[in-house]
Amino acid sequence: MAERRNFLPRSEFPRLLSELISAGYRCIGPRVRDGAIVYEPITGVEDLPQGIHDLQAPGQYGLEQTAEPRFFAWANGPQALRPLTFAGRDKLWTAERKADGSVEFAGESPQAEPVAVIGARACDLAALYIYDRHFMQGEHPDPWYTARRQKLFLIAVHCTHPSLNCFCASTGDGPRASYGYDLALSELDEGFLIEARSEKGERILAGLPVKKASAEQIETADREIEDAGRRQVKGVPSRNLKDVLFARLDHPRWNEVAQRCLSCTNCTLVCPTCFCHSENDVPSLDGSRSEHYREWDSCFTQRHSYIHGITIRPDTRTRYRQWLTHKVGSWHDQFGRSGCVGCGRCITWCPVGIDITEELAAICR
Amino acid sequence: MDKKLRVAVHKFSSCDGCQLAFLNAGEKLVELFELADVVHFAEAGIVDPDAPADLAFIEGSISTHEERERIRRIRENTRFLVPIGACATSGCLQALRNQADAARWFADVYSDLSKIDHLDTATPIAANVPVDMELWGCPVNTRQVMATVSSLLLGAPPRDENEKICMECKRKNIVCVMVAQGQHCMGPVTRTGCGVLCPGIGRDCYGCYGPAENINGDSWGRWFEQKGMPAERIARRFRYINSEAEAFREAGKRWREKS
Repeated sequence: MAERRNFLPRSEFPRLLSELISAGYRCIGPRVRDGAIVYEPITGVEDLPQGIHDLQAPGQYGLEQTAEPRFFAWANGPQALRPLTFAGRDKLWTAERKADGSVEFAGESPQAEPVAVIGARACDLAALYIYDRHFMQGEHPDPWYTARRQKLFLIAVHCTHPSLNCFCASTGDGPRASYGYDLALSELDEGFLIEARSEKGERILAGLPVKKASAEQIETADREIEDAGRRQVKGVPSRNLKDVLFARLDHPRWNEVAQRCLSCTNCTLVCPTCFCHSENDVPSLDGSRSEHYREWDSCFTQRHSYIHGITIRPDTRTRYRQWLTHKVGSWHDQFGRSGCVGCGRCITWCPVGIDITEELAAICR
Repeated sequence: MDKKLRVAVHKFSSCDGCQLAFLNAGEKLVELFELADVVHFAEAGIVDPDAPADLAFIEGSISTHEERERIRRIRENTRFLVPIGACATSGCLQALRNQADAARWFADVYSDLSKIDHLDTATPIAANVPVDMELWGCPVNTRQVMATVSSLLLGAPPRDENEKICMECKRKNIVCVMVAQGQHCMGPVTRTGCGVLCPGIGRDCYGCYGPAENINGDSWGRWFEQKGMPAERIARRFRYINSEAEAFREAGKRWREKS
């Protein structure tokens, strides 16, 4: 295969943003807010987390400023693409009672503006691919997800700085982004290797002052990505764990983890593949009008398993077991793969630091 | 509905702040007065404490003999009784005396105790009479009280908001103040409803909306113990605004025993 990667010097990196802006995209990228790297609108490269490293451990997240020139020398933040496609709360429709007593329903027409996301990780793209299958394929594609998703321009940055909680190498989803992007970048101290994978990507790339990448630059970039995989200290078995998990529904470990688990839902709400939601009505006081909302829900809540008079999963043991047996077990039946992409967010953002890799190791041993 | 819903708002031992959820409702307050017969609401100038009501909101805890008698009469006169706010649902700050020698406190403060009607405990409404649902918070807000009224006007059961604060933080893309900043946040054990006021401005939740369903106070406390918080402080974190909420009271007791 011919080498497709070109070199964009660091001094020319702002041109990428200006090309995207003049192509009509709003740019979303990593920036520091409230002690974490979040994906929010950026107006220039000065908004990017230059020289920032993230320090992650079970239940802990911190940032460290260094003098390094790099913008992407960190693993991830609490969310990446999830809120940009599947929003925390969406209004789905409004019902209005007319003077003649009839009720009129008015659906919202989801509108989305073109958005370019700079810095998507391989794990984020793998998760997005699962979301695409869940929300867009089949007889009834979700209009809200689809509207936002179709307007996304995705710029991957191959990961070179995995956190202590990362394990994408073991799930096969990273650290190199291999699909699902328009442009992919490898960051070097002196600039970026850049490669297009779509027509949209080619058009942006054509406007950039790129040079031919040197053999040395290509070798450095490849080596850094390979090292990032090798440096990961956590891992999960890559095989289908459905049968082993479902054969161990009475394993004592479920009780042990329930002693620690807060059933606070954080793991599920930072998980880039969790898609559970609930729907609620907000009626006006006089009952003439009602708005219908969809919002993020979780298998750790009481109402998630409430069915007319019974809560099927009343305690933490059954809720945690539901999450894990679905995520890495029955998920295979649904999507042909595990629902875990190895991003480690559920470990970092669990307030008490429960580690999915340790729980799986204990239960599947 | 042929007959208008009769609504009452009663006050017991409290700061009056929860009633402001109605008074500060603006146009919705006007609408409420049009849709319902407000039969008693002293803070709004309508006084008829013994009026029968379809729906009564109760602010405040039961702290005196007079209050204990009055809540029983209100219960008899009311179809659907809803305690509102931390005082009415869990005793609130005045219930801190339940953990202390209340008689001594009163003697220390008042020179002539014969003029003071008080019980040794301040208790939630549900500890005195059966209640139909509870609205938690210190104070409750307009959205909560009006959602309850509109559900009942429509004949639908009001929604019990018993989820953890963390869910609303995540939906709003608020960076976790506990994980990213090490703040001693009560979010993982506290029920939502406030719209995450505190984490929304970058500070830790102190649990003023009371316990969520299915909390794990032992695990939550252990994590802070590992971060160096003394057991007595962990106990106080639970037994603060909602000290008589069962889940907080029991968790607090266990941590106090360890201190």
